[in-house]
Amino acid sequence: MLDWLPPNVSTYGGEIDYFFYVIYYITAAVFFLVAGAMIFFMIKYRFKEGRRAIYTHGNTTLEIVWTSATVVAMLILAVVSQPLWGRIKQQTPMTQNMATVQVTGKQFNWEVLYPGPDGEFDTAADSAAGTLDDYQVDNDMHVPVNTVVRVILKSKDVIHSFFVPQARVKQDAVPGHTISMWFEITQPGKYEIPCAELCGFGHSGMLGHLYADTPEEYEAWKNEKWPPAAADSANVETPQQQ
Amino acid sequence: MSEATATQKHEAHAHHESFIRKYIFSTDHKMIGKQFLLLGLIMLLLGGGLALLIRWQLAYPEKPLPLLGASKQFVETGDPDTTSSWDMTWMEWLSKDQEEQNWLALNVPQGVITPAFYNAVFTMHATIMIFFVVMPILVGCFGNFLIPLMIGTRDMAFPVLNMLSFWVAVIAGIFMLIGFFVPGGHAAAGWTSYAPLSADPQWTGVDWGQNWWCLSLIVLGISSLMGSINYITTIINMRAPGMTLFRMPLVIWSLFIVAILLLLALPVLTAALAMLLFDRMAGTNFFNPAGGGEVLLWQHLFWFFGHPEVYILILPGMGIASEILPVFSRKPIFGYKAMVWAMIAIAFLGWIVWGHHMFQSGMNPALGFTFMISTMIIAVPSAIKTFNWLGTMWGGNLRFTVPMLHVLAFVSMFVIGGLSGIYMASTPVDMFIHDTYFIVAHIHYVVFGGSIFGMFAAITYWFPKMFGRMMSSKLGKIHFWLTFIAFNCTFFPMHILGVGGHMRRIYNPMQYEFLKDFQGMNEFISISAFVLGFTQLLFLFNVLYSLKRGKQAEDNPWLANTLEWTAIYPIPHGNFSALPAVYRGPYEYSAPEVEEDWLPQTKKLATTAAHGSGHH
Repeated sequence: MLDWLPPNVSTYGGEIDYFFYVIYYITAAVFFLVAGAMIFFMIKYRFKEGRRAIYTHGNTTLEIVWTSATVVAMLILAVVSQPLWGRIKQQTPMTQNMATVQVTGKQFNWEVLYPGPDGEFDTAADSAAGTLDDYQVDNDMHVPVNTVVRVILKSKDVIHSFFVPQARVKQDAVPGHTISMWFEITQPGKYEIPCAELCGFGHSGMLGHLYADTPEEYEAWKNEKWPPAAADSANVETPQQQ
Repeated sequence: MSEATATQKHEAHAHHESFIRKYIFSTDHKMIGKQFLLLGLIMLLLGGGLALLIRWQLAYPEKPLPLLGASKQFVETGDPDTTSSWDMTWMEWLSKDQEEQNWLALNVPQGVITPAFYNAVFTMHATIMIFFVVMPILVGCFGNFLIPLMIGTRDMAFPVLNMLSFWVAVIAGIFMLIGFFVPGGHAAAGWTSYAPLSADPQWTGVDWGQNWWCLSLIVLGISSLMGSINYITTIINMRAPGMTLFRMPLVIWSLFIVAILLLLALPVLTAALAMLLFDRMAGTNFFNPAGGGEVLLWQHLFWFFGHPEVYILILPGMGIASEILPVFSRKPIFGYKAMVWAMIAIAFLGWIVWGHHMFQSGMNPALGFTFMISTMIIAVPSAIKTFNWLGTMWGGNLRFTVPMLHVLAFVSMFVIGGLSGIYMASTPVDMFIHDTYFIVAHIHYVVFGGSIFGMFAAITYWFPKMFGRMMSSKLGKIHFWLTFIAFNCTFFPMHILGVGGHMRRIYNPMQYEFLKDFQGMNEFISISAFVLGFTQLLFLFNVLYSLKRGKQAEDNPWLANTLEWTAIYPIPHGNFSALPAVYRGPYEYSAPEVEEDWLPQTKKLATTAAHGSGHH
């Protein structure tokens, strides 16, 4: 069953897969023990005329043993899962060259907004100085490979869910909330960004693409698409603005 | 009133009942139970049919439905031919009396399910299966039929309320069906109806469909409240002499706990539904962020109801398994008190795990750890129950009757459903498999593998007491094996789809590059689902055939200990000629005191008489 996992391309995806394997082996073992015992009992204790079943109402020691064993196993599983969860969802790693992208779900597209050369989403000051240099496009998300990507996730209408299967990343985009999340892709390539939360009749097929570019590709793409740097942006074509 | 006069009154009453009093507006708990069974089985056909529509679309995306839309060419070559004469005739025939587009042409033009209709179909599949099949049959039918008979009383505490509970459920069912035929189509925001998708018609185009959905569930909530008040009152106050709480059959314990959960959980749903209706119809902004509302509030309310609801669906199945397993193992249940305490633990823990549905929802991730801990811990009572079921089989003398086969399927499938839940409980792993087919597989192993196998076990086990005849064992075994195999072929591969990242609730997986490899598996699942669906017709046939032609049942065909088997068929309104006295627990099989391998709760032995008389 594990072969069906899409090949992992993110830094923490491998760790998620590791927990998946751990749970897989534990649950498979428990299942085969229980099913094995059941089948064994079904054969050994199948009906025989004249045989009398063992008359017992249970065994307190056994109850205590299997209850505490399960409690301990489950608690351990919860406690060891927590640090990874904390690293993925509760903090964004702070590094020097981090890429920031704002993604806004809307029926039925991902609106992707890049801060442009000045590295900041357009502010009132930018607007006053006539230096709007953000770049916005639907469904195409370019990020540099091996770089922490911070995503500011929003929604314009209903709940959507940002999902990159190969990166093991999923986060709902919720109207009225601004949610910060992050990932780091380790393999250059083109990956799909389906919407994973029912968002209306066009939910199926709501699909963006994540391009994890090598540094050269990323520079080339930036040069082609992003508006020029703020200094000489006053008289270039008007950037798309939401 | 003395016992004797009460009996006379009841019996006299029974003889003078008109057809309407006996079969329609009956206040007899047994008839009300049968009415719930009929309601549930009819809705099962509808809910199952909707499931097959889903599976057709996923296996053959955007191909015309067979019969409805398939032309000859499609049948022969697999290519849809939307202009064939056969199709045109069908279209023309449908639009004859209406120049406007008719229902079928709107929802399945040329036999192809539209995306909007698809969303309504899976929404209604889940809604109907949960609220109108599993709950009416397991809680409505068996709660009603079994509680008075198994605790040894004449009827429910409030017979008229009981009757109302059924007819209010029927009204809820009618409301739910109306939704299919209103402009804009039925509710299409999933059975969870997440706001704001569900809260404003502009996001789905669904107008009155969602309103009827809300109204129906509010009305159904009233029905469930009436039922649960009745169950709780009856169980607390009306047990036969000697029937102490810890001599109650485990199925009664499970229904008792379910009634408490219903009583406490449904008002939360009702409140949430009322807020949703106000948002839709009165311009309030509970869930609309533009008006200051909070989107996640719906999810918190819904799952605060929704998680206890999952246990409402599975606890009766657990009770049924605990009831039937000892009978056919000829052995006392292993760890009776552990079984009871496990159910009570579930009833408490069930209230503090709802956040595990919301790990990726935007809820503060710091809460993830809290809900992960509580979710992991709620696995423990389920594990206790499983080990005790195994303990019950150990050293028994197992009879593989049809009900027993269904119970064994229940136990093994519930184990898979329980274990697959652990993946979602672990927050990082959930990040990947949340909202994929993994969760679809999980819930179907719990609700079909658990609740529905429990339902089959219960129907086949209590059929002789309900209808005085035995069900065909041969047909029953064919039905069991086909169901068991087709069930696993349908739902097990869904785990693999989920591991591959296959999202739930998508209309056409072929729209995604990374899911292209799964098309063969989707087709396999669908074919298995069709086999599974049509196999259920065999069960219905067995029920109907056995009603008329089944072998006359003896009073206690399974040689069981519990009180219902002491009632003589046809059981009169009032159940017992004299109220039974109870001398022992319900599972005294192969007890050393007696020669035979069963010892009814009512049998007075010289040695046990002293213990049995103390209770009132």
